[in-house]
Amino acid sequence: MNDKKQIVNVAACPIDNENCILRVQDLYKKFGKLEVLNGVTIDIHKGDVVAVIGPSGCGKSTFLRCLNLLETPSAGEIILENEYVFKNQRVYLKRRLRKLKAQLKANEKGTNMEALKAEEATLTEEYLALRKEEKEIEKYVTKQINLHRQKIGMVFQQFNLFPHLTVLKNITLAPTKLKNMPEEEAKQKAMALLKKVGLEDKANAYPNTLSGGQKQRIAIVRALAMEPEIMLFDEPTSALDPEMVGEVLKVMTELAQEGMTMVVVTHEMGFAKEVANRVIFMSDGVIKEENEPKEFFANPQDERLKDFLSKVL
Amino acid sequence: MLKDIFKILSDSELVGYILQGFLNSLAITVIAALLGLLLGFIVAVVKIMPSNKWSKIPKCICGIYTTVFRGTPVALQLFIMVFAVFAIPGFKPYAAILTFGINSGAYVSESIRAGITSVDNGQMEAGRALGMTWFQTMCRIILPQAIKNVIPAIGNEMIALLKETSIIGWIGSTPGDITFDLNAAANTIYRSIPNYLASGVLIGCCYLAVVYVMVFAIKLIEKRFAKNER
Repeated sequence: MNDKKQIVNVAACPIDNENCILRVQDLYKKFGKLEVLNGVTIDIHKGDVVAVIGPSGCGKSTFLRCLNLLETPSAGEIILENEYVFKNQRVYLKRRLRKLKAQLKANEKGTNMEALKAEEATLTEEYLALRKEEKEIEKYVTKQINLHRQKIGMVFQQFNLFPHLTVLKNITLAPTKLKNMPEEEAKQKAMALLKKVGLEDKANAYPNTLSGGQKQRIAIVRALAMEPEIMLFDEPTSALDPEMVGEVLKVMTELAQEGMTMVVVTHEMGFAKEVANRVIFMSDGVIKEENEPKEFFANPQDERLKDFLSKVL
Repeated sequence: MLKDIFKILSDSELVGYILQGFLNSLAITVIAALLGLLLGFIVAVVKIMPSNKWSKIPKCICGIYTTVFRGTPVALQLFIMVFAVFAIPGFKPYAAILTFGINSGAYVSESIRAGITSVDNGQMEAGRALGMTWFQTMCRIILPQAIKNVIPAIGNEMIALLKETSIIGWIGSTPGDITFDLNAAANTIYRSIPNYLASGVLIGCCYLAVVYVMVFAIKLIEKRFAKNER
């Protein structure tokens, strides 16, 4: 009886490297005909602080949003803690199959029709098998997605605080609803976190009465309250007045020093240089260059990166 | 005219008609409004749901519902509902109230849908990114903000509904019926004092008084919801 009740985890996918908590493999994303991501591959290890830089429109934000599936990628794999969060490889087979069929239809002279037909048959079989497997994973992941997202905190450029709730409610809402944390405990935790970012006196204020820097610090605390394994920052300082950038960066730096795994899309080169341990340059939907910060800024290899750095530094 | 108004006001039977009509109008409106709000809410949420195979059919039904009930005159709906669909003896007044509720729901649903879409997309994203489901985010984050935005529009709809209910007399009403509303009272008074201006002004004042109270209430509610703004 017990065996039947056990849920088979079809999405399990052990990663060889046990330090790696998030693996992205050949990630593609298309918006209609516009190709935003063209095959991004990266391993993010525990404690990594990855700064992602690049020109606007190169797919940095889309990449980040794909990581917690706010955008559904078109193809590729995302593996979070030994479990598929997203897997779609069948599009490649489908494409090859379509090409083959076109070839068969064209029926050009000199082509070996027999061989083509045989190839089509095996490919079709392969495709159907993969489709079945991936559909099953998809079904499983759809049920789990909200649990996955609880492990991934996200901070937005526009803060996205809930304006109808007080700061404290903003922070305690998710833990009390999703983790069944008692109200009191959630409150205490929220206050401790607020104290850390120096905003404990704003607990009962509404977000609209706060400055941009304060709002963003609250947004970080809100994400932290869910105790995520990994934090994503989508240009957290881009919507701030220059004098408020510092207070947010300070919080993020402290977070990095405490060992939080972070992926930060940013235009703050100072932060990338000082705090990150890996810097990534994205352009045209691919990772053009990756290095540790010192080498990255001192010795850029890629032409596009050299051009970019000369403009922003 | 003034003489006739005094004549009406001094006749306790006629004042009784007005009072009866007043209470009936109010009761019809309140019940229809509650029904309309409930229906409007459900329809709006269904319409805004992300499309998948489960939501396809409910969405289609809701689409047809708003198209039909917004696209045809309420008087026509009233006749069809009372004399054809619910042609059950004794059920007439309830069928009429039901019609007003369903009709109002179609309008309210569009107001609420507009309110939901007016809430910044980032709010849904923030909720989902925290790990909440679509439904949780909708109930906890989006709807409370949307309601604040749609209170004026819904207030408008409720006021229109109050006056719309005056056609309920068309399906026949005698003093004592639930369908005996303010408008029917005016018609009854006309029979004993044939001056429509006098009874009309009196009835109009009653409607005006109710609407005035409603406007006041709407403002109060708006103020309550606005407390978290600077």
